[in-house]
Order: sequence, then structure tokens, then C-alpha cells
Amino acid sequence: MKAVTPIKPSMVRGPAALDVQRVRRDFPILSRRPDGRPFAYLDNAATTQKPRPVIGAMNRFYRRENANIHRGVYALSVRATEAYEKARAKVQRFIGASRPEEVIFVRGATEAINLVASSYGRSKLRAGDEVVITTMEHHSNIVPWQMVCAQTGAYLRIAPIDDAGKLDMDALEALIGPRTKIVAVTHVSNVLGTVNPIRRIVEVAHRQGAAVVVDGAQAAPHLPIDVAALGCDFYALSGHKMYGPGGIGALYGRYDLLKKMPPYQGGGDMIRSVSFEGTLYADPPQRFEAGTPHVAGALGLAAAVDYLDRIGMVHAAAYEQELLAYGTSRLTGVPGVRIIGTAPEKVGVLSFVVENIHPHDLGTILDVHGVAIRAGHHCAQPLMERFGVPATARASLAFYNTREEIDALVDAIGKAIEVFG
Amino acid sequence: MTANLQELYQEVILDHHRRPRNRGTLSEPVHRAEGSNPLCGDRLTIYVRLDGDVIAEVAFEGSGCAISTAAASLMTEAVKGKTVSEAQVLFERYHRILTEDGGEADASRALGKLAVLSGVRQYPVRVKCATLCWHALRAALEDRQEVVTTE
Repeated sequence: MKAVTPIKPSMVRGPAALDVQRVRRDFPILSRRPDGRPFAYLDNAATTQKPRPVIGAMNRFYRRENANIHRGVYALSVRATEAYEKARAKVQRFIGASRPEEVIFVRGATEAINLVASSYGRSKLRAGDEVVITTMEHHSNIVPWQMVCAQTGAYLRIAPIDDAGKLDMDALEALIGPRTKIVAVTHVSNVLGTVNPIRRIVEVAHRQGAAVVVDGAQAAPHLPIDVAALGCDFYALSGHKMYGPGGIGALYGRYDLLKKMPPYQGGGDMIRSVSFEGTLYADPPQRFEAGTPHVAGALGLAAAVDYLDRIGMVHAAAYEQELLAYGTSRLTGVPGVRIIGTAPEKVGVLSFVVENIHPHDLGTILDVHGVAIRAGHHCAQPLMERFGVPATARASLAFYNTREEIDALVDAIGKAIEVFG
Repeated sequence: MTANLQELYQEVILDHHRRPRNRGTLSEPVHRAEGSNPLCGDRLTIYVRLDGDVIAEVAFEGSGCAISTAAASLMTEAVKGKTVSEAQVLFERYHRILTEDGGEADASRALGKLAVLSGVRQYPVRVKCATLCWHALRAALEDRQEVVTTE
């Protein structure tokens, strides 16, 4: 992995290298022993497990701090409001946004992208305009654009990838032209692990006056994120994929763009004043946060961000790269196994197929042997088609995974081959 | 292999997965329907030729996991020569054995070879694999055009 972002001071704190056994103790679920045997959780691209500080922050909120935020005149509500806004500031610092107002709390990356498509997309796109995405997008970065294209008469253009799963930058550059208004691309592929060159994509897109929306759901758990260095206009995050709670995520948006965007949903908290003759909308981020937000979730996400800062994303990434290299070489050594996604720059995602074994049969057999992986199309059907497979098996790593767990995966694949061989 | 796993992937099932019976298409006139479980990537097409009320010929093609392929292969063997209503009754029994606790003992007697799939009951997420072909068969017999799914 080449560092594409400058190192922030927050990234170099923490121990010199990652001590995996120490890290594992932070995650209560990892000591689970179903049937008295160890359990290898290798489905981290679906959701990550939660460290104690995240569970603790949410628990503490509901036990001692719960009140609705904003406009409460009593102390408990004031404290809840402060905690919620502090959480926003923590996320802001974690992703390198220039001000807290650029962080909108949402349910997850899916809602973040839908927000941009509905608000920015619908107000910006005209018939004949173009939205450019890539073959490796998750359905959540395909369908919202299809919907807004259908509503506006804009066209969806797809940038291809090569057989290794690397984005074809020449083709992407050729696709982006004066009609392109939005380029929506994933930072990291959930199936292939490919890291896309966001900075270069932003340069090309901005030259043509197009905004860049980055799906960062799979990048944030693996890489240091710095939206200022990337230069993107929007960046979407899911809390539960970066060791935080479910039901919370964040959308980063450049303030000057957010300021001009119409609301996404209407309701309480997103207005300045309401009368039946008309309503004045609040400024960002409140304009985009209608209704009571997931306050405990925001606090949990802030705790996750603090935790990741303590671990140091640079150390986490370095450890994961070693683990990925080990996993890649072990899997490559199994006859009949083919890894899908071998781009030079990738994170710890190992998608593979095993000759004569359907990924679902493999998933069932691995589960019986205490290895949790995912089997299916991973919400990326066009990508499955690109590689000519109906589904893949996918082992996705986190910094709490170990070489022993990779060994357990490889052993269990061996058992499956025995059954079907 | 653990006991449960052995029950799921019995030799009969592996055999029908490796060498599916009645795989292919039927020439006209046939009833035909497609089944698809896109989340797992299972896809099949069922072809049926009726002689009056009797299923004279049945075939399937497609790709899927061992359970869905074996289930389709075993189904074609089981329903061939049966009337449409007999096949329907068989499906109901089969469904019960896969989904209901305790339904096993009485149902398995009447199911014959299909009973080898009863191990699927231990794996609720795989029931959809074992029943896709049957739902497609029913759609074919009812001449429904939509692609059926069990997801």
C-alpha cells in the first residue's frame, strides 16, 4: 500500500507496532468459543466487531446521559447536545474535514450516497448530463444514481476494470467529459479490496467541473482517511464497518456545496422557522439531519474513532498488509483456489472461488469448522458478471485477525475439498 | 466431517450434484419456468411435458450450489410419472420435512429418496437452496411467466 495521504499527527500516536493479542482483548466477542473451539471471524467487510470503548460509550449514554438533543433547557439535554456535537467534531478530525459543519450524521454510507444523489444530484443534473461510476461499485453506489438518472434524464456511464480488478484509469479519463456532472467511485472495493486512486480521479473530474462522491465504507476501517488531501467533494462512511455501532454513519460534504444543496428529508431539527406559508431551512449540517438522530450511535462512532486513533491507522494498515500477504500466499498454494482481485494496491479482502465447489457450500462447511466468511454476490452483481462467476467466497480481514485464523481458513477449505473432491 | 455436515452432504446428494439426472432442456410443447436466487447465485430453469395430467417428462438446467443442484435432480426423478396433484402433495411434504420440527418421521416415509435432503433442516439459510426447484416446478405447471425466487 502506498501512502496517498499525508500523515496526520493523530496517526502516529500509539504503539510502535500493533500487538494483536492485546488488541483482541479489547473485543469481547472475540473470546467467544462456540462448541468450545476457537472461532475465526473473517467477515469484516460485512461488519466489524466492536471494542469495549464503543460498547461502553453507548451503554453509558443510555444509563446516564440519555435525553433528546437541541433546544432542551435542562442540563441533561444540554449535555447530550454537547456530546453529540463533540462526536461530530471527532469524526471531522478523523477524516481531515476543515470544519464540523461538513460532517452530517446519517444511518450509514448507503444513506449518505442517497442523500447526495437526491439533494445534489437531483438539483444539479439535467437531461443529457452524465454520472460516471465504475464496474466495481457496491449496489449502494449504483442504484441511487440509476434512480436519479431516471428522474432527471441523465445517463449513467461505467468505467471498466482490468482482470486484476484494477480500475482502468485511461478509460475513466476518456469517459469523463464536459457532460459529466458527478463521478461516484468507491475508495476501496468490498469484493476485490482494490484501493482506487482517488486523488487522480478528483483531478480529472474537477478539470471537467464534475463533483466527486467517494464511497468510503470499506476504506475507513483499513486506511488513514484525509478528505482534504483527497480533494473529493463528498465522502460516505458507515460506522459499523469501522468498529463503531450500526445505524450510524457520516457524510462529509464540502461546505460551499452543502450550503447550496436543498434538504434531503423534511421534518424537525432541519428548519430555521416553519409557517404554513413557507419554511426557512437551517444551515448545514442541521439542514440534512431531519428528526431525532441516533445520538448513542454518534457517541459510539466517536468512541470508535478515538479507539482507532489510539491504535493508529498507520500501524493497523501495516499489520493488515502483512496478514493479507500471508493469506494471499496460503490461498494461492491451495490447488483449485483462484483469488479474484489481485490489484497491486489492495486492502485485506480475499475473494476467491474453489474449483467445483459453490461458494455457498463452502460457506456452510467453513462455518461448521469455526470460520465465518461470506458467500454470494456481495451486493456487487455487475462485478460478479465482469468476472464471470455467480458468486464468490470472501474472507475479509481486520487488524484483530491472526495468522492462525488464516491457517484455520485454509484448513477448512481443505476439508471442503475432501467432501467435494 | 462432523455428523451434521455428513447429514447435509450425504453421498446421494454429492452424487446428484456431480452427475445431475434429467439435466437439459425439453423440446416443445413444454411448460417452463425460471427460478433465481441472486443473493447466492443459484439459477435454474425447469421444463415439464405433460401427458394429460401426468408429468411425462421433466428436466432442468442451470447452475447453483450442491444442495440446489441435487435437489433439482432428485425432484425430477421423484415427480416423473406422477400427476400434477400428486407432485403438489409431495412438495408440501418435502417442505414440511425441511422446515418443521418433528415433521420428519411421518413425512420421510412418504418421501422416499427425497428424504436425503432432510439434513438441510439443520441449516435454515440453506432451505431456500433446496426448495428453489420446487417453486420453479410449480410456476411451470401454472404457466406463470415471472422468475420465482425463494430469497
